[in-house]
Amino acid sequence: MTALPGTEQLHDVTLTVNGVQRQITVPARRLLSDALRHDLQLTGTHVGCEHGVCGSCTVLVDGQPMRSCLMFAVSAQGHAITTVEGCGDSPERMGPVQRAFIECHGLQCGFCTPGFITTITAYLAENPAPTEEQAREAISGNLCRCTGYQNIVKAVMRAAELAAEAPTAASEVSA
Amino acid sequence: MKPGPFAYHSPTSVEQTVATLGELGHDGKVLAGGQSLIPILSMRLAKPAHLVDINRVVGLDQIEVTEQHIRVGATVRHSALERDGAAYAAIPLLRQALECVAHPAIRNRGTTVGSIAHADAAGEMPAVAALTEAVMEVVGPRGRREVAAGDFFEGALETVLDAEELLEAVRFGRFPEGTRTAFIESARRQGDYALAGVAVALTVIDGVLDRVRASYVSVTDVPGVLELTEALRGQEPAGADWSAVDDLVQAHIAPEADIHATADYRRMLAGELTRRALTEAAR
Repeated sequence: MTALPGTEQLHDVTLTVNGVQRQITVPARRLLSDALRHDLQLTGTHVGCEHGVCGSCTVLVDGQPMRSCLMFAVSAQGHAITTVEGCGDSPERMGPVQRAFIECHGLQCGFCTPGFITTITAYLAENPAPTEEQAREAISGNLCRCTGYQNIVKAVMRAAELAAEAPTAASEVSA
Repeated sequence: MKPGPFAYHSPTSVEQTVATLGELGHDGKVLAGGQSLIPILSMRLAKPAHLVDINRVVGLDQIEVTEQHIRVGATVRHSALERDGAAYAAIPLLRQALECVAHPAIRNRGTTVGSIAHADAAGEMPAVAALTEAVMEVVGPRGRREVAAGDFFEGALETVLDAEELLEAVRFGRFPEGTRTAFIESARRQGDYALAGVAVALTVIDGVLDRVRASYVSVTDVPGVLELTEALRGQEPAGADWSAVDDLVQAHIAPEADIHATADYRRMLAGELTRRALTEAAR
């Protein structure tokens, strides 16, 4: 911790992001979403409403989906964060949920997509074979203004199939 | 839409927490899950000079089930309580209500005790605290005290907690044997704040209704318990005339209108949800 005259006190925070230990120095009020985007340049996490309603900023904290806009970076000290980049960070290394979104046209503008990918990745890790109704419920905390959700529900079902075919891919993501 | 600056405290024991809160007085605010507090800070509706983050306080994340109650510590996440098998077996109403609290991503971070301390009339868990006659375990610089749920809530977002006090745990009381419960709410979208919601508990002894009570979400200023026993005692649950409680329900609630629903609509909804919840609990 350092305190300079006339400035906010800064805190050193060590956290694991997508399997890599990172250290940042931030004011206490830095939201985790902003720490990921600004301090760590991981801009895959999108910030929509910034008050917990839209779900775009959802990341996994120790494997559990949480809103990164409703957490301070200082509170993430010592925790493991998985962002959409950790669900597959290149066209060659996409996770099952990302591949399913492409196959099923589960996105249009793509703004909400990172929150869906992280949410669905965590959901399928716990519920590998959901019904369509369960899939719909699983994504009920994420807003999409383009697709009308039909193809996202299809993508959840398809991702479950893909993850079942290659179970290692899913477990890598949750690590 | 960013929170204003604040000084951050991260105590690791209840004693440290209370000492810090005692020093800060009205300048301090407890941060638990933050799922209600952080939006308020981001919208600059509140600007506390100090936040006391209790997430690293050892021992507050425990769920304890005894013959009389379920004791839930201040940092137990909604999702942890929702998934706890022993807690579900002891008080099914907890899971019945927790499933209605926002979305899984919010429940993974938000705390049950925090939502009770926040005392939002639209919150599910304050209504559950009322109906289970929960006991609030409060600790402050002058020691510990216990407050009954019926004395805890004072108004919208207001409780008897002092600024330097921490709600350390809540003990939800177990219902007598033969009690069945249900929780139903109606929201415009799943996970939204409910337009109206109700928790009911009915106790059946020797095949007839012995005690029936309800508590409400979003249609009363303060969560409280509505006794419905007089209207229903002695009836068989399968054939009970639930409409007998209509007048009691309407006299108990005081819904307000907003852009989502008129007060009259909420009245209609609260009556209908009560009948449905009683029907479901009686099954």
